[in-house]
Parts: sequence; structure tokens; C-alpha cells
Amino acid sequence: MVAPVTTGVGRADRAAPGPGPGRSRVAWLVVVPFLAYVGTFLVYPTVSVLAGAFQDADGGFTPTNLADLTRGAYLRAFLRSIELSAITALLGAVLGALLSWAVAGGAPDGPLRRVVVAGAGVLAQFGGVPLAFAFLATVGFQGFVTRFLRDSFGVDLFAGGAWLFELPGLTLVYTFFQIPLMVIVFLPALDGLRPQWREAVDSLGGTAWTYWRHVGGPVLLPAFLGAVLLLFANAFSAYATAAALVSQGSPIVPLQIRGFLTGEVLLGRENLGKALGLGMVVVVGVAMGLYAVVQRRFARWQR
Amino acid sequence: MNHTRVLRSVVVGVTALALITACGTPPPKDGAANGTAAATAKSAADFGGLDKLVEAAKGEGRLNVIALPPDWANYGELIEAFEAKYGIEVDSAQPDASSQDEINAAKQLKGGDRAPDVFDLGLTVALANTDVFAPYQVRTWADIPDELKEPSGLYYGDYGGFMSIGYDAAKVPAPTAVKDLLKPEYQGKVALNGDPTQAGAAFSGVVMAALGNGGSADDIAPGVEFFKQLKAAGNFLPVDPSPATVESGQTPVVIDWDYTNAAQTAKLAGKVDWKVVVPAEAQVGGYYNQAINKDAPHPAAARLWQEFLYSDEGQNLYLKGLSRPVRMDAMTKSGTVDAAAAAKLPKTSGEQVFPTQEQSDKAKQVLAATWAQAVG
Repeated sequence: MVAPVTTGVGRADRAAPGPGPGRSRVAWLVVVPFLAYVGTFLVYPTVSVLAGAFQDADGGFTPTNLADLTRGAYLRAFLRSIELSAITALLGAVLGALLSWAVAGGAPDGPLRRVVVAGAGVLAQFGGVPLAFAFLATVGFQGFVTRFLRDSFGVDLFAGGAWLFELPGLTLVYTFFQIPLMVIVFLPALDGLRPQWREAVDSLGGTAWTYWRHVGGPVLLPAFLGAVLLLFANAFSAYATAAALVSQGSPIVPLQIRGFLTGEVLLGRENLGKALGLGMVVVVGVAMGLYAVVQRRFARWQR
Repeated sequence: MNHTRVLRSVVVGVTALALITACGTPPPKDGAANGTAAATAKSAADFGGLDKLVEAAKGEGRLNVIALPPDWANYGELIEAFEAKYGIEVDSAQPDASSQDEINAAKQLKGGDRAPDVFDLGLTVALANTDVFAPYQVRTWADIPDELKEPSGLYYGDYGGFMSIGYDAAKVPAPTAVKDLLKPEYQGKVALNGDPTQAGAAFSGVVMAALGNGGSADDIAPGVEFFKQLKAAGNFLPVDPSPATVESGQTPVVIDWDYTNAAQTAKLAGKVDWKVVVPAEAQVGGYYNQAINKDAPHPAAARLWQEFLYSDEGQNLYLKGLSRPVRMDAMTKSGTVDAAAAAKLPKTSGEQVFPTQEQSDKAKQVLAATWAQAVG
């Protein structure tokens, strides 16, 4: 049933008259600065990273940078980065989806929804150094929550070690901006559920479970998976928050790259840093490729 | 005061960046005519004496410095004294940047009039970037020990110090040896200034730990092992120490150069009882180096800055910040050293270790291979 519709759209496109020569000149005027911008800040750095990843310190070709990525501390950093991004993406997706669901059930103009949507819009952008300092001030070694718990209840938040400055801390802090992002990207999908579907299930004698199992779940699944991938890429490429929080050990890839570019002890390893960058491009590329596939499936339900 | 200085440098930096992106390479300034001569001058004599150098520098009117924290080796006062003495405005960019950041800035801003004129570098970075430096010998060149200077004057030691343990005497007992830090009294309290695979000070901290645990400058593995134990005991803090973390009590023990720790003592007097100790069994010294950017936008001012830093006045200002100026021995002999300031230096005696370049290179390979696992 879907195929004829698609061809119809395609034919209509082809039949449409092309833009006039004057309009195309204006279009170029708008597009050229954009292309220049993209070329300068996206294409050029990518090409330079790609080329540098295969060069040694003297500019000669070498595969050793990439080979280094497959072992030791670099491989571990990649695995940790992927683990951190996957866990925070799943946590953010599940908690964010539940929050969206709670909000979507209410009145579209109700105060609850307005507050949550506005809050999510702000908090999803509340990353980087301010976020790290917010956590240091509350649950850091001398944070007020830490001191309150210690002084009033004798509970030591750091009895298990300096967790805030390691992976568990990063997980907690990252989740803080993942949940609001999930609300932003997932709420429209929930709004897409038509009340008539629920009524149809009810009138055919179905329960709430039947509805979610056979209608709501399958419709939302691609959107949910797509959001998980988006959150994954978001966490994987995050840098400033981790940089402000972690100063020892560089547990994740972006922090290792920082070490190669600004370190004053081990020099001449910029190209290894570029190889790490290339590795990150590949990982995010895979995630975004999957995202595109999922989105295409999702698009069918929206027509 | 420091805040305004930082704020000013930020504002200046941002404006500079905007200007550079807006107009590309700025046109050469008025001083460019004698600038070529200044850019190749290898000593004050090439200018026709110090007075002529001062004149040329005043004509340029500015000096760009980078990565000089006001609370590090007394740079705040050095800059103010230089400005007051010669009426030359000093632009201090990115006070907290690393040595490598200095070189990166010089390369990125090359040709612009905001590029750094002079560098203050760890030895490793200095050795790797001699092609960026202009040779220059200050008038007091003979006083600098041979092992601390490049013969043609591409770079030369300016001040040094020893690795030390700074601690809040109200919170922890006084440590007398590196090993003391493993005791339960130091739980969750010991911070190292930076990641030793990236920051020179932290690197020397690991060498100090090695000496205090049966290792040597040739074998720093015991140092890495020490930090591994420190972490296992729950004593090691992965927090980057700063005056703010010290004052708020987040980092009650800080392993850093003695002059940086000593600066905290002065800065926090009345708030925190900050004391400094150089462990007797583990005295690791190190010198920083001065160099002039060969593409310095203010070549005469850059050379005058060197003359100032290596004059008795400049060297005594370093000493006032409790770092050990490179001409200290010569000045002690000639009696020009500030004796009161020298008396305040943390006490050191017995065996002192200054790692050679070969030892450092070897140690770095060990760190690259083992550090991430030890504290990760």
C-alpha cells in the first residue's frame, strides 16, 4: 500500500517547474557562505583528522596510530566511552520517556506540561563546566549535600572512594542532561499517538496491555530507539563536563585527546590524538547511520 | 586584583581574536622599521647598549606574555614591576595555560600582533620547539650555570624549585616523608597538581614519590606504584588543586612545586594554615626556561623583558615568590641576593636530584604505559 504513494510523490516532484535563473542566483548567494562555513569548520577539520591519523610525526604514512587504538589504554578508553554513553543513553531514554508519558497524558496547555517542556529545554543545554561545578558544589567533597549528610546523619557519600570524579560520577552528571533531551525529542512522538487508536482497542474489547503491546509500543519503538541513538551520540561527544570534573587518568576518549593536544610531558603524539578522533567519528557515524535507518521506519507511521 | 587582571586578559583576548578574524593579518606597525633589527638582536650590545634597547622597547609600548599565573613564581608582581619601570603595557593571556599551549598559541597567532612575545616553558617543551625561538643572551648570561642554558641562548633556565607537599596544618598531621601520605589520617585528602602524563609539575611529583619509595630518577616505577597504593587506600584525590580548592578545604594536601605551595601560604594567610615541606628523602628539583618567540610582534620589548627577569631586581622578585632564581649562587656570592627572602625558602639539605633529559624520557615511557592503569 505504501509503494504507490511514494512514486506519486516522486512524480509530482519531477513534474514541478524548476526554479528560474534569478532565483537560483539568489539561492547561490545564500548557499555559498553556508558551504564556506561548513567547509571551514566541518570538512577541513575532518579531512585534517583523517590525514593526520595516518601520519607519523614527520608527516610520513604510517598505520601504527590506528593499530594503537586496538589495544591497551586507548581501547579501554573507547570501551569506557561507549559504556558510559550507552548507560546514560538508556537511563536518560527510559526516565525521559516515563516523564514524557506522564506529561503527554495531561492537558496540552496545562501548567505541568509547560513547566516540564520549558525546564527540559533549559536543562538539556545545561552542560559543560557550569554543570560540573553545580555537582561539585552539591555532592563534591565539600558540597553542601555531602556536608549535611555527614554532619546530620553520619553518612559519608565518599566512603566508597572518589566516585564523583570517576565513571559513576560521569554517569550521574551526564544523565542530568540526557533526561531533558529525551523529553524534547520523545514528547512529539507520544503526541503522535491518536486517541482514536486507543478507543478502537477499547471498543474491540482490548485492555491497556493489549493497546501498548500491539499498538502504542510498536508505533513508539522506532522513535524510542532513534532517541537512544541520539542520546548516545550526545554523550559520546560530550567533553567540557568531563574535562571540568576529571583531572586524573583520562578515562574517556575526549579527555585522552585533550592530553595529546595540551600535554607538556609526552610530546609529539598529536597524530595519535587524531587517530582517536577518527575513531570517534567512526563510532558516531555508525550511531547516526542506525539513527537514519530507524527514522526512515518511523517516518512511515507519521504519514 | 587578580580577578580584574584575569578578566582584563579575557576581554583583551576575545577582542584580539575578533580583530584577527575580522582583518586577517594586521598591517605592520610603526615600530616595524627598527623591528627587523630588534628581531635579530642577540644581546643588548646589538642595540647599542641597554639604553637603546629600553628606547626601542618603549617605542613598541607593549609586551604579550602567556601562561603566567600571578600566584606562580611571583609573576603577578614581576609583571607589575616591569610595567611600572618601563611604562610598557603587558598583556597577560591565558594565565592557566600549559607550556604546550604557549607554543600552540605562537603558531596559531603567528604574524599577528597578539602572538606571545616570550615563553616560560618546561624543559621538555623547550627542547622540542627550538625552531620557534630567537637566540638572545642577557647581560648576566655568565651567571647562568652551563647545564641550565642552551649555548647560543635559544632558551635558558629562569627559576626552579623542589617538589613539595603542601598541607593544611589544621586538618592533617605534618607529613615528614612521602610514605606518610599512605596513613589513614590522609584519607580522601591528597591531590597531585595535574595528570603526570600531561603536566610537568605532576610528572615531577611522581619522581618524588619514586625517590621516597626506593626508586630513583632512573626507575620511577615505585612512584607509580605509590600512587596506585594511595588510590587503593582511598587517599588519592582526583581533583585538580587550585587556590579555590585549597581555601574551600577540598584539597587539604597538595603535591606541587614548593614555590607554588609557598604562594598558597602567603595568599591564604589568616584563612588556612598552609604549610610546605620538601621531603628530605625525596628532593626533586626542576627549572623552567625562558625563550623569545622568533616571530615576536614586539621583539625589543621581549628582549627587555629578559634583561629585566635576569637583572638582580627580577631575580630577587622570583625569590620573593619562593622560587629559586637561576642566578642565585652568583648573587649570593656578590651579596646582591635578597637575604630575607632567601631565608624563607623551604629547607633542603642532603641529596638533591635533577633528572636529566634521558632519565625524563625514560620515565615518560614508563608513565605512558602504566599511569592510566594505576589511577584509572
